[in-house]
Amino acid sequence: MVAPQVLGFLAFVIGPIVAVFWFALHRRNLLTGQSTFIALENFETMFTSDAVFQKVLVNSLVFTAGLVPLNIALALFLALLLARQLPGVVAFRTLFFAPVVTSAVAWAIVWRFMLQNETGTINQILALVGIVGPNWLREEGWAMASVIVTRVLKNVGLNMIIYLAAIQSIPTEFRDAARVDGANGWHVLRYVTLPLLAPTTLLISVITIVGSLQVFDHILLMTGGGPANATMVLVFYIYQQGFNFFNTGYASAVAVMLFVVTLGLTLLQWSLRSREG
Amino acid sequence: MRHRWAWNLSWYVLLLILSLPFIFPFWWMITSSLKTASEVFAFPPTLLPPSWQWTNFVEVFAFQPFARQYFNSLYIAVSVTVLTILISAMAGYAFARVRFPLRNVIFLVLLSALMMPSEVTIIPNFFLFSALGWLDNHIPLILLPVFGANGVVGTFLMRQFFVQLPTALEDAAMIDGLGRFGIFWRIALPLARPIMAALAILSFLYSWNLFLEPLVFINSQHLFTLPLALNSFTDNYGLPIWHLQLAATTLAVVPVLAIYVLAQRHVVQSFTMSGVKG
Repeated sequence: MVAPQVLGFLAFVIGPIVAVFWFALHRRNLLTGQSTFIALENFETMFTSDAVFQKVLVNSLVFTAGLVPLNIALALFLALLLARQLPGVVAFRTLFFAPVVTSAVAWAIVWRFMLQNETGTINQILALVGIVGPNWLREEGWAMASVIVTRVLKNVGLNMIIYLAAIQSIPTEFRDAARVDGANGWHVLRYVTLPLLAPTTLLISVITIVGSLQVFDHILLMTGGGPANATMVLVFYIYQQGFNFFNTGYASAVAVMLFVVTLGLTLLQWSLRSREG
Repeated sequence: MRHRWAWNLSWYVLLLILSLPFIFPFWWMITSSLKTASEVFAFPPTLLPPSWQWTNFVEVFAFQPFARQYFNSLYIAVSVTVLTILISAMAGYAFARVRFPLRNVIFLVLLSALMMPSEVTIIPNFFLFSALGWLDNHIPLILLPVFGANGVVGTFLMRQFFVQLPTALEDAAMIDGLGRFGIFWRIALPLARPIMAALAILSFLYSWNLFLEPLVFINSQHLFTLPLALNSFTDNYGLPIWHLQLAATTLAVVPVLAIYVLAQRHVVQSFTMSGVKG
């Protein structure tokens, strides 16, 4: 009964993982079909002469470093706000979660539309109050900031509901006991709720880190990786090298790097947290 | 008392302000999709279209085979959903109930794949499907979610469900002479309806919103899925034709959103389950 799942998994996941490590040791061309074994030359190129790759690697790390804390902080804040039992709370929860079920392509299209230079909605609104907004998606720093913030808005609802479930599973006696001992709202949050949420935070940060390194459609549609590769990230570079430039060997080597970076960051997060706990 | 009242009011005000960047994109997408090509850029921006351009929605279907693309997305998502439920229910049940060598090791290997971005394997998969003659074909778009990350989440959810299910019922059925598969099909599976519903929601959305895979594997316009189609409402310079692109996006997003709003409790629950347990 496990056979279909396991065989499919072997064919479409395990096999390709093994293959990507093998391809990474070759110079391959998608169009000519040529393939030459070159050992670690692809990796050498990446770190010695491919300035674009180095920029891409930094961009990916910047994207993750910007997105993960912002996402988690906002998710926790929203969850704490929505943990109260007041009328209308479900409507707000529904709203904050809505972008999660919306396709990333649609979300990116609408935000790209709103973040255009002079004709974009955001800058028009800013102009109404006398502010000249930047060309959000065409200036280096702003472009990265824009894709990070709009991506957080897209996915924060997921972490929010996971936090919300965790908060609601904390027995009320814990908070009541702290109250009886004279703790105020802030103390309860700081010394009761947040410590009890630590395992959830670890889980969420791992999910969010892996997710942030997978970003592609969002960036392709919003900035196309520009300006001047300022928002080009690892998955984008795999796609570009493999299917625009036809360097499938080199693209595989970049994919191996994506694998390594994801694994590294996940393990780092894990060890940091377990040392704290 | 008065203090509590003010506290609640500020709670509402804060939430309303925070909800603006979440609701405004949807509002702006829908209203702009009903504006003319030039009205879209009018200054000051108009909250509602001055004259409602329903013809935008007609033009969308003339611009590219949008109805066909819509149907592609729909039938692929339904296929992914049905197959994922079937295959991961079987696998999940086996991991929970059947003893076979290396059971726990295999299960752990499956789970660890969730920590790996599926984009890592896009190049080898391209060659695999090319060798099988499945490029520019919907088969990869169905098989990859079923056996990849989405299927693994499904197997995991199913296993967790069957593990905590009391065995008494199944034991009774076994005494009555029902075989392993019969027990699974007639006894265990019907009990798993809630978890199957959750998995259906997750699988459908996973497939519906997939982008990189169709981008890489599909070339012909009539085989596009919705996310690819939305990306193709461009002029000769590759720049978006905004009023059409937004109209198409509205058509793609609003039905899903409507179902989500109606069934929001179930949808949110499904994601909570996959997040908390996965």
